[in-house]
Order: sequence, then structure tokens, then C-alpha cells
Amino acid sequence: MAQGAGTIHARDSGLSPRARLAVTVALLALAVAAPFVFYPVFLMKALCFALFACAFNLLIGYVGLLSFGHAAYFGAAAYVTAYALKAWGFDPLSGILLGTAAATLLGAVFGWLAIRRQGIYFAMVTLALAQMVYFVALQAPFTGGEDGIQAVPRGYLFGVIDLGQPYAMYYFVLAVFLIGFAIIYRTIDSPFGQVLQAIRENEPRAISLGYKTEHYKLVAFILSAALAGLAGSTKSLVFQLASLTDVQWQMSGEVVLMTLLGGLGTVLGPVVGAFISISMENYLAQYGSWVTVIQGTIFVFCVLTFRRGVVGEIIALAHRFRVRARPPPGEPVARPAPGE
Amino acid sequence: MFSWLPHFTMLPTQVLLGQLIVGLINGAFYAMLSLGLAVIFGLLNIINFTHGAQYMLGAFCAWLMLQYVGIGYWPALILAPLVVGAFGIVLERLFLRHIYRLDHLYGLLLTFGLALIIEGLFRQYYGSSGQPYTIPDALTGGQRLSFMFLPNYRAWVIVASLIVCFGTWFLIERTRLGAYLRAATENPALVQAFGINVPRMVTLTYGFGAALAALAGVMAAPIQQVSPLMGSNIIVVVFAVVVIGGMGSIMGAVASGFMLGLIEGLTKAYWPEASNTVIFVVMAIVLLVKPAGLFGRAT
Repeated sequence: MAQGAGTIHARDSGLSPRARLAVTVALLALAVAAPFVFYPVFLMKALCFALFACAFNLLIGYVGLLSFGHAAYFGAAAYVTAYALKAWGFDPLSGILLGTAAATLLGAVFGWLAIRRQGIYFAMVTLALAQMVYFVALQAPFTGGEDGIQAVPRGYLFGVIDLGQPYAMYYFVLAVFLIGFAIIYRTIDSPFGQVLQAIRENEPRAISLGYKTEHYKLVAFILSAALAGLAGSTKSLVFQLASLTDVQWQMSGEVVLMTLLGGLGTVLGPVVGAFISISMENYLAQYGSWVTVIQGTIFVFCVLTFRRGVVGEIIALAHRFRVRARPPPGEPVARPAPGE
Repeated sequence: MFSWLPHFTMLPTQVLLGQLIVGLINGAFYAMLSLGLAVIFGLLNIINFTHGAQYMLGAFCAWLMLQYVGIGYWPALILAPLVVGAFGIVLERLFLRHIYRLDHLYGLLLTFGLALIIEGLFRQYYGSSGQPYTIPDALTGGQRLSFMFLPNYRAWVIVASLIVCFGTWFLIERTRLGAYLRAATENPALVQAFGINVPRMVTLTYGFGAALAALAGVMAAPIQQVSPLMGSNIIVVVFAVVVIGGMGSIMGAVASGFMLGLIEGLTKAYWPEASNTVIFVVMAIVLLVKPAGLFGRAT
């Protein structure tokens, strides 16, 4: 059962260091120039969700743990930040740090509980725990119930930069995203990240090699929750709003969808998935519940025929062109049948 | 200012018993739904996220039949599960059978997607608000017992769900068909070698699980409003029930369903604000004390 997670693979882009640098520079240039072409609020929303999806992908893609309750950390951080900024008059940076700290704490408690179960049970436990956060947000006296916390002031960064200005806000969000992304990238690349991937491939073997896999899983869970919280805090600053939408289980489903669509276990996949998903929502906003239907259809389509996701497919395609003799790394050869 | 804290005052017996009955009713639905989840998980190794949608479909089926064809509650109690069961069989043939050889998590994602599609379509056409469904004539009114008033319909739901749960237990644990089913859960290849059509059994099992969810849905229709959201509201709680009980045994699923319904009812009597979250708290405690679940085997 534990080895069942082995079919979700990390996919290495296989790019040379120089090509990787070129891609990085090109993407950075694109990110810096983007607000002059696209609507900044759309870009900021997409960046927040991209960070959220990257944080989620750290668990599913690199540890093989499917958390179905990541909205809890995203939403809880959004509420804490919104409350700190509005009621206590925090400056934006400490508000975001407080929100992220709250998500980290929540992630530590929930992760500590959830890693006691594996596979499908893990998904159900995280979903149920997240639902608890939803009910607290619905009933607690300080969350504003159905209205949420509205008109959150963006304030002045370091006391000087007015985040009410769209461009200032955009570059601030971009900076937050890049910091979060860098932390994730560094984690995946580190010896710690290698152990995580070993756990995903074969947990009993990792245990027999002397790794305390529970500790590794817990640390990865906390890190993922913290970064999801960072994304949520930033989001509440962008929209000046924290609401029940942020903690609902539909939000947990959405981040799964983004990651699945972009490519589980790829570094850039969640970013691509988030941008596609957010643009889709923007265009379909007028069609009401059809958005849900289309999201469901994408889920079904991805699971049945598109399991590598957009970025995963591109990587597989690139591998096929480059080396025909060698099979692409990270490609599952045979899958165990149920019950084996 | 501490109004949100629990108040352990003496409640009138009537209030307490009333909440316990409500708890038993909820427990009946938890039991029937977690039973279906356990049966499907046993053979298909899939957590059926579509279960909530199938429960909702059952209720809607009954409502639509009454509204447009004039078919009442009693025929709907048979027809709606048949319709939803057939729909489940179609889903299994079209989608689920393609993913049995994949990681189990894909099953969760696929059925989640299907649930989104079904729920989205119903929300599009019927809105998010609920439709009322009247209690059948034979079950209106109630019994005036010496200590409380017991509505007939609620009594019927509790009795009927106990019969359904016992029937399912009997089918799986005490009949030849059930023996095949349990054998196929342990070792599908071996059972196939004995000449039993395992793929067909898998299909029928999924249909049966869907029908069970629909039956619960029909029974819930007169109590709750028939709304597209009724499935997703209950399914997360049922997941928690399943984690608490463990999916190893039928009786475990039923017992934990009723037990958690009662705990919820008690909480509603003494601390209403916590009644939504108490099941999740129980789940957290069970995870700490007995991680495999109360009736589960270690996985």
C-alpha cells in the first residue's frame, strides 16, 4: 500500500544549467513586464494561487501525500492577516508574517495528527480537519461570519511604500512569490528534499535506511502549510478581503486541480496550472455554476488521459526528441495491480 | 461575553431526548453512507467522493418524480435507488474501470471531479436553495410518549436504516455472493481463476453502493430540504466517520455512524456552537489514541 504512491513521479526538466538560466531570466523578465500588459489584480491573484499550488505540490509531488485540506492554512492565514491589519493596525509585512505563523502552527498540529494515516486516509483526515477550520471561521465572533473581513487596509510597506498603488502592490506580491518559490526550489534540491522523494518512492526502504520518515513528512507538511499560509496572507492583502471562500473545501479542490493540470511533481507545473485556472475562472465568471462543471470535467480529463499535466507533457516531449534510445527518467514502467 | 462556552446546566428531559432523536437520525444517515463507502472501498480500493452527489441524486430523483410524474414516496424508495444505481454502473464502466491499476489517489481525484460535475449541473438548473418534500401521508403525525413526542417519520427512518444496515451486513457476511465479494477483496486474481466474473462483480458493487447512497437520499428528502449542496455538506462528515470507524468492517461503519450521530446530538443539546465540529474533534482524538480507527486493522 505504501509503495502505491510511487506512481506519482517528480519529473526533472533535464535542461542544461545554461538553458535553465535562460528560462529563468526569460520568465523573470516576463514577470517584471507583465503588469504593463495585463490587469495587475489578475496577475496578483494568479501569483498568489501559483504560490499556493507550489506549496501544495511540495507535498503531493515530492512526498506523495495528498492533502485535501490545504484551504485551511490558506484561509486561516488570510483571516489572521486581515484581522491584524484591520483591527490591530499592523503594518503589511508583520501582518503577513503573523498570518504565515498562524498557518505554520495550524500545519504543525494538523500535520502531527494526519501523518498517522497514509494514502487515502491521509487525504480524508486533512479534509475533515480543514472542515473544522471552516466551521470556526463561520461561527467565531471575529471572522465576520458570511461577510468575512472586508476593506482590509493595504497600508505602507516599511512605512514608506504605498501598497494602495497597483504597481507597488504587484511588485511586492511578485517578491513574495519569488521568495516562496525559491524556498520550495531550494528544499526540493537539498539533501532533505532527496530524502522526501525517497519516502515517496518507497517508505519502508527509507525507514530501513535509518531515516525517521515521520519527522521528514511532518517537516515537509509544516513547510507546505506555512507557504500556503504566506499565499493566503498575501491574497487577503491583494483583495483586501478574507472570506469563507478561502477556507471552503472547494478551495482545497481548486489547488489540487491547478497542480494536477500543470503537472504533479514538476517545479513549474503548479505555476502554469494556476495561471490557466485563474484565467479560465475570469472568462467563465459570468456563467455561474458552469465553472464548477468545467472544473470537474478537467479533473476527469486529467486523471484519465493527462496525468502528466501541461509541464509534465512538455518535459516528456522534450525527452522524446533529445534521446530516443534512453527512456525518459521518472517514467513508471509497470504499475502494481490493486491488491498486490 | 462567555456565551459561547458550554453550559452544563440541567436540561429538560424533553429537550435532551429530542436532540438525541435528531442525533440518531443523523447517525442513521452517517451509517448508511459510510456503509456504502466501506463496501465500495473494500472491492474497488477507491474512496468514492461521488457518494455525496449520489445521495443528493437520490433525493432529487424522488423530488422530480413527485413533481413531474406524480410518483410518491413509497415507489420512489425503490425507483430512485435503481435509477441512481444504474447511473453508478454507467460511471463505473465509463470512467472508474480505467484507473484501477493507478495510484489510489487518482480514484479520489476522479470521483471528486465527477461529484463537481453532477453538483454543478444541479446547481445550474435548480439553484442553491432547497426544495421541500412532504412527508408521506402514512407517516405524518407522531406518537405522544409519556416522556416526549416522537414524530412517526423520524421513527421510521431509524428503523428502516437499521434494517438496511443489517440487510447489507447479512448480504456480505452471511451469503454466498457476499463470500465471493470478500474473497475478491482479498485476492481478485484467485477468485477470477475460479471462474467468477470479478469485473462484473466490481461494477455491480459500485452500483449497489450508489443505490445505497440514493436510498439514504430519498429517506433524507422529507427531513432536509432537497438541495444540490446536501451531498457535499454531509460527505466530509461521513469521511470523518469512516476515519474514526476504519473501513475494515461493516459493523464498524454502522456502529460508528450511529455513535457519532448520538455524540453530535448530545453536543447540540449542551453546546450548540460546537455541534458542527465535534465529530472532527472526535476524529482527532481517535487518531491520537488508536490511529488505525476504532474497528480498523492497521494499514
